Amino acid sequence: MRKILVLFAHPKYEHSDANQSLINAISTLENVQIRDLYELYPDFNINVQEEQEALFEHEVIIWQHPFYWYSCPPLLKQWIDLVLEYGWAYGPGGVFLKNKYVFNAITSGGAKEVYANEGRNRFSIEEFLRPFEQTAYLCNMRYLPCFHLGGTHRISTAELQGVSEVYRNLVLELRDTKEITFPFIQKS
Amino acid sequence: MEGFFAQSIIYIVAAIVCVLITKRLGMSSILGYLFAGVLIGPYVLKFISNESEGQDIMHGTEFGVVMMLFLIGLELEPKNLWKMRDLILKVGLSQVLITATLLFGLAVSLGVNWNISLAVALSMALSSTAIVLQSLKEKNQMDSKEGKMSFGVLLMQDIAVIPILAILPLLAISQAQGIGEQDHSNFLGDFPGWLQTVFIFVAIGVVVLLGRYAFGPLLHLVVKTRLRELFVAAALLIVTGIAFLMELVGLSPALGTFLAGVILANSPYKHALETDLEPFKGLLLGLFFMAVGATINFDLIGSDPVRVISLTLGVMAIKALVLYGLGLFKKLSTKQNLNFAFGLAQVSEFSFVTYSFAFQLEIFSKEITDLLMAVTALSMALSPILMVILEKTIFKGLEKPDDRKEAEPDSIDSRNKVILLGFGNFGSTIGRFLRANGVEATILDSDPDRIENLRKMGFKVYFGDGTRVDLLESAGAEEAKILVSAIDSTEHSKRIIKICQEHFPNLEVLLRARNRFDAYELMDMGIRNIYREHLDTSIRMGVDVLTKLGFRAYTVNRLAHQFREYDEQALRVLVNYKNNKKEYISKVKKEIEMQEAMLGGELSKKFSLNDHAWDSEQMKDN
Repeated sequence: MRKILVLFAHPKYEHSDANQSLINAISTLENVQIRDLYELYPDFNINVQEEQEALFEHEVIIWQHPFYWYSCPPLLKQWIDLVLEYGWAYGPGGVFLKNKYVFNAITSGGAKEVYANEGRNRFSIEEFLRPFEQTAYLCNMRYLPCFHLGGTHRISTAELQGVSEVYRNLVLELRDTKEITFPFIQKS
Repeated sequence: MEGFFAQSIIYIVAAIVCVLITKRLGMSSILGYLFAGVLIGPYVLKFISNESEGQDIMHGTEFGVVMMLFLIGLELEPKNLWKMRDLILKVGLSQVLITATLLFGLAVSLGVNWNISLAVALSMALSSTAIVLQSLKEKNQMDSKEGKMSFGVLLMQDIAVIPILAILPLLAISQAQGIGEQDHSNFLGDFPGWLQTVFIFVAIGVVVLLGRYAFGPLLHLVVKTRLRELFVAAALLIVTGIAFLMELVGLSPALGTFLAGVILANSPYKHALETDLEPFKGLLLGLFFMAVGATINFDLIGSDPVRVISLTLGVMAIKALVLYGLGLFKKLSTKQNLNFAFGLAQVSEFSFVTYSFAFQLEIFSKEITDLLMAVTALSMALSPILMVILEKTIFKGLEKPDDRKEAEPDSIDSRNKVILLGFGNFGSTIGRFLRANGVEATILDSDPDRIENLRKMGFKVYFGDGTRVDLLESAGAEEAKILVSAIDSTEHSKRIIKICQEHFPNLEVLLRARNRFDAYELMDMGIRNIYREHLDTSIRMGVDVLTKLGFRAYTVNRLAHQFREYDEQALRVLVNYKNNKKEYISKVKKEIEMQEAMLGGELSKKFSLNDHAWDSEQMKDN
């Protein structure tokens, strides 16, 4: 059983039905730790040591966040800036994240279709997520395909229930499967 | 001229007029005092009838030099004095010995008796503490390299006074020792030499012990009475008492008070002492310089000008050459070295004492004494003039950018950028926070008991409440950037504001206020940096209550910031209505309504007008 760490960042979680549903679906699972960053660090004063210890203990990391302005909310960026230190996460001696799995689990108001070369947003989600992909790459991690819940503005309760179930199953599979078979990107 | 008032008026008017003129011309105030002395002296206006009257005044006002050294001692902490030991011993001692030897050799080669030559040489090796230190202070050069060297040399010379006075009686060829000792008011004269030495050490020990253990508690008691004049009296008692003790055992009073000053440099009353003694010192020194001017014997100079002037210039040249050599050895730049060498080239006021002592011992004849006095007074008058000439001519050519590099190696007294008034619970938190981030503040507090406790804990707290201009000045208000008042009295804050606006416009003032009504009063005086003492804490407490009730921490954090911002804004609006009760109450009601509307908006999930952050409700409608 792998240990899974969900780094969750939402500045207005109490108003996000989508994220509440997703988090509820996985919050009671064994060996899954959810770190609610906006609740832990309302003043953005991140405890780097504690975050690194949490990373060290887990094998699969999930960056779960709303897809604000084609990126993550600022506290998750702050987390990346501060926690992924030179000499710890990358560079000489920066071996502590090597071979850990990581991916983005995002929610967006717009539907999946608008994130395409022909769509309103002109680029695909994968293209928008390049900075995260490269961050993982530099840290010698295994970057998995993202989990995307789109169209949250108009989603029905039943649909949301279904997607949350999918998310829960994905997390379970990553936790329990013997060999992770999803394709991933890693520095060779 | 008869009568105390008439005489004081003459002195003061002469001083004010002459000093004003010299200051206008950009010269040292010493020159002004000297000219004033010449003017009222026996050769121009004849308010002072003869030189001996001038000398009497000089002796009386020498106490100004004693005070000056006490004040300088206050600025110099023991560890800094220890750092100067090398300067004092090496530079100072070699200056005295080499200069005296050269002068002695010159005098003997001119055919003067060896004992007269030695007495003259030793006396003339000394430089004038009063003139040198005063002009260094005026030019703000006390902390410069040459300033420190000058100070070291002067200190050594003050120490050298002791052996010089001891040697003089041995030079007396006729058996006149009895007279000298009686006249020199040294009651220890009857004791054998070793016992005198013991007494000297006992006296120094007494000064150190008093400084360590007696003066602090004395001042502490006096301060508690809250009578300022009593504090002044106590300060004067300390200085005069030590001076008296030192004279009793035949030590230089200046040296003794300097020592006491150094010991008190760590005392919380340092700034208060400085402030109260400064005017006395200034007036006494001014009078002293005037007396020097009045003692210049123009008759004698007139009768044989070549001899007097060439002697004066010769002595000054030798002294300056020796000093210049030492400066070269200590690697001073040319400018620094010229400053150092010419600054110390005059003969000391103390020489007047040795001359009359030697005269009583019958080493000197009357003519020699008069001649030496004229030379000495002339050299004292010439040296500030020389410095002006030096500055106006040679220094201009020497202005080089590299001079600035070594301007301040390690300053004796580094001034802080922040002055903190009040070190109670509120102020101490600020002080600790600043200190934790490497910012030292000059701290003033007016509770003597608290100061004592804090000092035990290692905080440098000085006595005073900051409502006196001079005290703020000595706490460094002119160079500081920020003044923080952590005292909650509005009356006090208002006085601080007035003082700062009048005297220290450079200071940014940050004030503590008890509540919004106090804040209004301070805002009326044009202050923007006002900190209501309960605002932040109560908001923080409210934040914790909401979080414990299950509100999202980040949301509450933002709300708290908005709430405070809003409250500050409301304050700036309401201050305009504070004198109109009816209007004020209706305004307050309106403000409270808005405040509640803002909070309510957050709660009912409908975003308030003020905050659309991460809002997706509107998008859903499209």
